[in-house]
Formats: sequence, C-alpha cells, structure tokens
Amino acid sequence: MTLNLEPNIASPDDFYQELIDLHRDLTDEQSATVNAKLILLLSNHIGDMEVLRSAMAAAREDVVATSASTSLSEHR
Amino acid sequence: MPILDRRCDAYPPVRGFIRCMKTYTQPVYPYIKPTEFGGSPQHWPVIVAGAGPVGLTAAIDLALRGIDVLVLDEDDTVSVGSRAICWSKRTLEILDRLGCGERLAQKGVRWNVGRVFFRDEQIYRFDLQPEPGHRRPAFINLQQYYVEQFLVERAKELPEVDLRWRHKVVGVTPRDDRVALRVSTPEGEYGVQTDWLIVADGSKSAIRGMLGLESAGQVFHDRFLIVDIHMTSDFPAERWFWFDPPFHRNQSALLHRQADDVWRVDFQLGWDADPEEEKKPERILPRLRAMLGEDARFEIEWASVYTFQCRRMHSFRGGRALFVGDAAHLVSPFGARGANSGIQDVDNLAWKLELVLSGQAPQRLLDSYDSERTFAADENILTTTRSTDFITPKSKVSRTFRDAVLMLAKRHAFARRLVNSGRLSVPAIAVDSPLNTPDAEPFAGRMVPGAPALDAPVTGDRGEWLLDYLGNGFTLLLFTATPSSEALLRDLKALASDAIACNSVIVGAANGPLPACARRIADPNGMLAERYDARPGVAYLFRPDQHVCARWRAFDLAAVRAAIAKATGQIPMAERQVA
Repeated sequence: MTLNLEPNIASPDDFYQELIDLHRDLTDEQSATVNAKLILLLSNHIGDMEVLRSAMAAAREDVVATSASTSLSEHR
Repeated sequence: MPILDRRCDAYPPVRGFIRCMKTYTQPVYPYIKPTEFGGSPQHWPVIVAGAGPVGLTAAIDLALRGIDVLVLDEDDTVSVGSRAICWSKRTLEILDRLGCGERLAQKGVRWNVGRVFFRDEQIYRFDLQPEPGHRRPAFINLQQYYVEQFLVERAKELPEVDLRWRHKVVGVTPRDDRVALRVSTPEGEYGVQTDWLIVADGSKSAIRGMLGLESAGQVFHDRFLIVDIHMTSDFPAERWFWFDPPFHRNQSALLHRQADDVWRVDFQLGWDADPEEEKKPERILPRLRAMLGEDARFEIEWASVYTFQCRRMHSFRGGRALFVGDAAHLVSPFGARGANSGIQDVDNLAWKLELVLSGQAPQRLLDSYDSERTFAADENILTTTRSTDFITPKSKVSRTFRDAVLMLAKRHAFARRLVNSGRLSVPAIAVDSPLNTPDAEPFAGRMVPGAPALDAPVTGDRGEWLLDYLGNGFTLLLFTATPSSEALLRDLKALASDAIACNSVIVGAANGPLPACARRIADPNGMLAERYDARPGVAYLFRPDQHVCARWRAFDLAAVRAAIAKATGQIPMAERQVA
C-alpha cells in the first residue's frame, strides 16, 4: 500500500476544527503529549510500515532548512 | 569509530566495597606454584585467559572434548557482587550439555511474571510462561558468584582442566603457529605457549589491548545505582519495573528477586550523579526506604554505580586469539544479553576448535565463529540500544513519545508492545551462516538452518527431553513410520564411522534392533514432530552445539555428508552452494 496524499476526509473544515479544539486549554507540554498519543494511535491503526515511512518522510519535508549550510545531511 | 574505553562498564567488579555478605561467603581459591619456574615453556592446545562464567564454560566444553585446557585468572575468587543475575533458557540448555545446568536451575529463582509501573500505578503485567514441553524455563535468576562457583566446581571434576588462580597474563606474543604468553604470579613470572588462546578477560580486556585491538561503539550518558539487599518479604518473585515512580521521580527503577532472599534493586541516577557519593549507605538507604516502605526490613549486601556502553570488536578472531564474552562485545544490561550471549559464544566455538585441533577441519572454520557471533552481537547491541533509548530518553521529544506510550499502555494492548523495559535474551538465529545448507524443500516453523534446537518431551533410554540426545557431536534426527531398512541402517553406520562422525536418533515406535550408533526415541504427544514440521522421512542434521545446519524431507547419505562437510568448513565458504 502507498500513502494516500489525495483528499480523503469528507469534511475537511470539520476535521481541522476538531483537531485544533483537541488542544483547547492545554499547555504546550500537554499538547505535545496529546499529539504524541494521537500519532501512536493512528500509526497503529495504519500498521503498514511502508505507509508509515512515507508519512514520516513527507512530514519531515520542508521542515529542515534547505540551505546547504544548515542541512542535516551536511553534518553527517 | 572512536575508541570509547572508559572505566565505567556495566557491573564493574568493585574492590573496597566487600561488605560481609550475609548470604554468601566468597570462596578463596588457593594460588599454586606452577611447575614451569625455571623450566622451558609448556605447550597447551588451548589456554583460556579469564575464569569468569564465559571462560569457565569454554574450559569445561573443551575438556569434555578431551582437550587439555589451561585457565589463567588474575584473581582468586568468584564475582564480587551479584552482577549478571538473569540466566536464559538457552544458557541452561548449554550448561545441561556440560553437566551443570541442573545445579543452576535448582538454586536459581524461577520467575515468569513482570509488572510495569508508570508514575503511581501499574500499567500492565506480562507473563513469560513459556509454552509447555520444555525442560527449562525462559529465565532463572541467580547471582553470578553462584554460577561461577558451580562452574569452578564442575571444571575441577575434569582432569583436562588446569585452573590457576593469581596467574595474570602480562605479555602476549602472537606467532603464525602458536601464541606465547608471559604469566605473572605472586612468586614471579613464567612463560607458556598455546595453539589457541581464548580471550575471556572481560570488558576491559588487557589482552585485547596487548594485541593492539580495540572494541568500539557507543557510551550511554547515564548512571545507574545497583544494590543487592537481603530482605525477607512477601514480594513475589516477579520483575517489577518502574518508569518515573513517585519514590524516584523522572528516573527508572527495577526490583528483581535472586536466590537466598537477595533482591536486586536498580535506580537510574542520571549522568550528573556522583558515583562515589551514591554508593554510600547514607545515600542508598533513603532511596530504598522510599521504594520499599518505611517498614521494610533489609540489609545492603553490595552496591555499585555503573554506566554502560554498547560496543564490539571488528572481528572476534585475531589470528590464534579468539575473543569471547565481554572482551569481544559489550551491551547495555537491559535484557540480560551480556553473560548469556558470552556463553553462547563458547558454545559456538568449542566444537570448532576441537575439529581444527584434531586436523579434521581447516582453520577457516574458526572464521565462522567470528561471522556467526558478530551477527549475534550486532543483534544484541541493536536490541539493548533500543531498550536504553526507551528507558532513558535522550531528548525532550523522545521523552514525550515514551511517556505517551506508557499512558496508552494502561488502556490499550497495542501500546504495551511498544513498552521496552528490556527485551529479554533469546538466542540469535544464524540464518545466513556459511555453515548452513539452505532448504531444498519447504518447511514450516521455527527450526530453520542456523536455529538452536527447540526442546520437546520425548521418551528413550537417555532422558525425557530431545536435547538429551543432541549435541557434542553431529547428530542426525530421523522421523520414521516403518521399520528401518537394512540399507538405511548401513548408511547410518557409515555416517558414524566417517572421520567426523555423526550418530543418529530415530524417532518412531520400536521396530527392530538398531546399531550402536543409533538411538531410538518416541514422541508420545506429537510435540516434537509439530515443532520440527516433521512427517515420516524427515531428517534434521544438528551441529555439535545443537544448532540445525540442514534438513530434508527424505534421508540421503550423500546429502548428509555434503552438509557435514559444509558445516565444518571443508567447502570453501565463499562458495554458497546449495546442496
């Protein structure tokens, strides 16, 4: 199976609001915990390592600065 | 990779903290003046440097093969402090083959249940209760000093073993045809030489240094306090592991029962802790009272502060020096993979050395010791590194995920699989070993070439377990339904009279006399056939260390001989031929 990157959520605005609401009244630390639990729950539901690896790679994309001087691979 | 040889290995022998142990009196083995003083160096087929659990096991295995072994140890007693305490099923099976497994099993504490706590509550319990039909449990707990003492006593029964205490190797000169050693004693030095040197002198191996070899890897920036206490208590014989408990916030702790009402307590301290301060009773006692309650009555037997590292030598064979145990590889202690894997090292090595010494196998057979056991070491290093990363998260996000797993584990089964408080030692399966003959026909189950034999209950004249019939030499296990034909018996006799002899075990109902080279066993409840995916006709070939090296759906003399040749290095190992 491959990672589905096409729209797959019927009501995107509802989903997005619920995701933000999930964190209401939480400290940054509590939010981090909730996010981690959510990732673990969803990862187990997906189960397929190939899909999970693709999602991890897609999540990391554009996060690490692209300039050569700061790219992680430069330091390895 | 950098050399990380700091003086901070797991469970270092601690001098200056020998309290009067209430439960155990250290034996003192006498120094005996060697006969070599003034004479020319004597020659030994094998010298073992280091009389810890691994060196002693090597000496016993070789002695049982009729090989004279000199064991040199700079000390005169067994391990100070309990150090390694969890002995695995495979270790007990190896020691059964060497005639001392039962003693460990009798003295050790059997345990199956583990509990994991997070903050102030239990999040789950697990049961290691193994499947029925094995002689040995998954683990027993027994202090390392008992194991060493039992091994010393076993070695002393064997005239082939010359065990010398307070004899320290101070010089090593490797040559093409032998290794020359200088040995220091309280009365002076002498020289001795050997065909093969087994280096079992521990994580800081002085001999490894003398040979200019190194063990490289990763040091973990954390410190642990380890305490043995004597306590009569109602606590069950279970493994209790705490993440972030109220009595030791932000760290981990472990409680585990050993023999004689001695309990192992482990506290994670963090990297900044002062090891000398933390060893003091006035620092230890409040920690223990917080953990065990103000009413608990106990006495401290031994304490040590340690850090640990994961590292290994590039190769476990350096010419005629063969490195085993902690001298060759070092793992973090979570998972009991140190001493257990060391004993598997020598289980792998002894039979190969015997064949090389007798000229029946080429020296390159010893290269397979290196390839099979570095493979196992890598598996143990990977596994224990992962445990360490879970137990002591190295970054904020790592800690967040770890705690999230623990929170989920209380409610959801899937998260319990992610909790890692140490993955307990299981033997490595050398699936890619050059000694294996790959399957030509399909088989189900776990008994792939490279796997150590799974035990099963049987009946026969030598014992009630399959493993009583395997090992020491090559063994062919044949499943039959019909009386053994004259032709088959002739083939089995031929195998038994080959230069590298192979005896046979026939599984089936009594159906006529067998030659002396064959034994008959029965499989009354079918567990043996199930575990080996066997139907009548199936044949398994086991190495002298009880590992499967080939299997077939039907017996064929030429195929068995080819597999034995392959398993003994007689076919150049670069040729990965399929039999």
